[in-house]
Amino acid sequence: MKIKFLPKMKKSVIFALTALFVSSAFLSGCGSSQASDSSGSAGDSKDTIKVGVLHSLSGTMAISEVSVKDAEMMAIDEINAKGGVLGKKIEVVTEDGASDPAVFAEKAKKLLQQDKVATVFGCWTSASRKAVLPVFESNNGLLWYPVQYEGMESSPNIFYTGAAPNQQIVPAVDWLVKNKGKKFFLIGSDYVFPRTANKIIKAELKSEGGQVVGEEYTPMGHTDYSTIINKIKEEKPDVVFNTLNGDSNVAFFKQLKDAGITSKDLITCSVSIAEEEVRGIGADNMTGQLVSWNYYQTTDTPENKTFVANYKSRYGQDRVTDDPIEAAYDAVYLWAAAVEKAGSTDVDKVKEAAKGIEFKAPEGNVKIEGENQHLWKTVRIGEVQPDGMIKEVWSTPEPVRPDPYLKTYDWAKDLAD
Amino acid sequence: MNTYFLQVFNGISVSSIFMLAALGLAVTFGLMKIINMAHGEFIMIGAYAAYIIQNIFSRYLPASIFDLYFFVAIPASFFLAGIFGWVLEKLIIRHLYGRALDSILATWGVSLVLQQLARSIFGAPNVDVKSPSWLNGALLVLPGLQLPYKRLFIMLLVIACMTAIYFLMYRSNYGRKIRAVMQNRAMAASLGINTRKIDACTFAFGSGLAGIAGCALTLLGSIGPTLGTNYIVDTFMVVVLGGVGSLWGTIAGGFLIGTGNTTLEFLTNATLGKVLVFTLVILFLQWRPKGLFTINSRSLDE
Repeated sequence: MKIKFLPKMKKSVIFALTALFVSSAFLSGCGSSQASDSSGSAGDSKDTIKVGVLHSLSGTMAISEVSVKDAEMMAIDEINAKGGVLGKKIEVVTEDGASDPAVFAEKAKKLLQQDKVATVFGCWTSASRKAVLPVFESNNGLLWYPVQYEGMESSPNIFYTGAAPNQQIVPAVDWLVKNKGKKFFLIGSDYVFPRTANKIIKAELKSEGGQVVGEEYTPMGHTDYSTIINKIKEEKPDVVFNTLNGDSNVAFFKQLKDAGITSKDLITCSVSIAEEEVRGIGADNMTGQLVSWNYYQTTDTPENKTFVANYKSRYGQDRVTDDPIEAAYDAVYLWAAAVEKAGSTDVDKVKEAAKGIEFKAPEGNVKIEGENQHLWKTVRIGEVQPDGMIKEVWSTPEPVRPDPYLKTYDWAKDLAD
Repeated sequence: MNTYFLQVFNGISVSSIFMLAALGLAVTFGLMKIINMAHGEFIMIGAYAAYIIQNIFSRYLPASIFDLYFFVAIPASFFLAGIFGWVLEKLIIRHLYGRALDSILATWGVSLVLQQLARSIFGAPNVDVKSPSWLNGALLVLPGLQLPYKRLFIMLLVIACMTAIYFLMYRSNYGRKIRAVMQNRAMAASLGINTRKIDACTFAFGSGLAGIAGCALTLLGSIGPTLGTNYIVDTFMVVVLGGVGSLWGTIAGGFLIGTGNTTLEFLTNATLGKVLVFTLVILFLQWRPKGLFTINSRSLDE
């Protein structure tokens, strides 16, 4: 058979691939935006307040971010139904970050400079947050970030409504060492969150007399875990601490079960798997495994019952709520409360007013810590049930103060830099 | 000791997965020389076909025969992906024969469209396909040495597909026509072969093979709109390393990359293992640009 063009086409292929990536950036750049057509009026106009919602609605991260966007839209509609903020309706400008940090930065700029939104609810990955951070700081914008993350950050222009490490990872490790054993195997996706999280875990284990018997990172989208499972079998850890993200979790848990390892043989604790992800993995593949979050769909508060019922009736009975969804919902209410208190949508005034604001959230009471703009949150360790729900097995008696730089922990002294 | 046995098994298993994912590409890229960037999305279509069949079985048929859904899912994946492939060939690909660059761009665009289509129909989150219960569990060879049935099943499936392709391509009238068209289109046409029809059928067949791969991969991995993108790079690497246009090349390429990946991953770590495999493949292609198995041709323009 002829291989006619192959030798001749090398250069042109390189050209084509370059064209392809350029066009991809371009295409996603003009991705779908349901922006309203008003011509650059201020976020606070006569009868509406404009806010931005910036999430990945396409690409790999759409898997998680679409539900978070749904929660934000629900909160905004609820507030509007009750008369809006400062007597004005909230008007939403939705932008698609397309799972690409560069697009996030570009869209953030557009929202702040062109749409002049009062605030933005958005982002999921740390990479996208790091990409928009300078945009928000240089334009003095306001971002509400709804996802647990690796900490070591506190931008004056961002409010963090997900957990800081000391509200998720640190208490989970502490609980695991006391209840499950001291030999840890760390596995994560190869990017900033798992690497920073594992740095924290290693320092904490050292001070608590624990031991790390293995540490493995896999590229994003990795599909075969047989080799790593083999390594885990060889090391016989007490606990596998899992910071894998996205599709990899499905492959990992399916293949772990195939290798004959269930939660009875080896306990895993995950910090990136919530109810939504459990569905994709298949509850029977991870029944009995542990996760650590601040909120579960089963969390027993009156606010949560209403929240879950509203979310389901709005988006479908088969939908589930989870921690980032709830944190995103809270963010909208917290912003609205701060605006009411400030009597204005001006960013500096809202920031000042936000300090110490409390909200009866579905997860229980939360409060904005003025010092670092994170939330006081209750920590909960949960166990995956056969029906895909998560049952709380332990929780802190009351909300934990956020400490993104882990300043209050002696063992964390060398981590901040 | 068990660890090493298991590692050898893992190597063979990963090889079989690579081969399965690359089989369709061996036909569309190897034989037809179309650089189909949407190959991964045909794998995805196969996976969703399995999801649909599973849902039909669990909803409308008695629970006692649920476990048999997989035997329906495999041909369903093949035909659904094949139909998509046939339509794609008729609408787009046939205008692009011999225009490699255009076909890269066009099929890449198609891959984005198909991903978004899946997202619109099934939603962005991953969906769950339950494996049939007869594939759960593992074959106990020695105490502590278990070989999962799913991985054994995929190996058998690869062998079955390979055999089917071999007989189709080298032992059937249709295969002879395909090879004739791919080798010398003008001559084949003047001898009365309907080359348009052969093109469309071959492309559909290659796409259908990708669908089977997708169906089988539901046993091991995630099922979501971007599932295909996880496999596309590896599959191209398998076909290029093996030698474009050779079925044996795809087998050898899949085996080398699969075992290479697992061995290097075991000795170092997943990221470095992948880097080393890439480096070795690039070095090898410097030495033999046409891959492991080259096909000798007497045509003058070679």
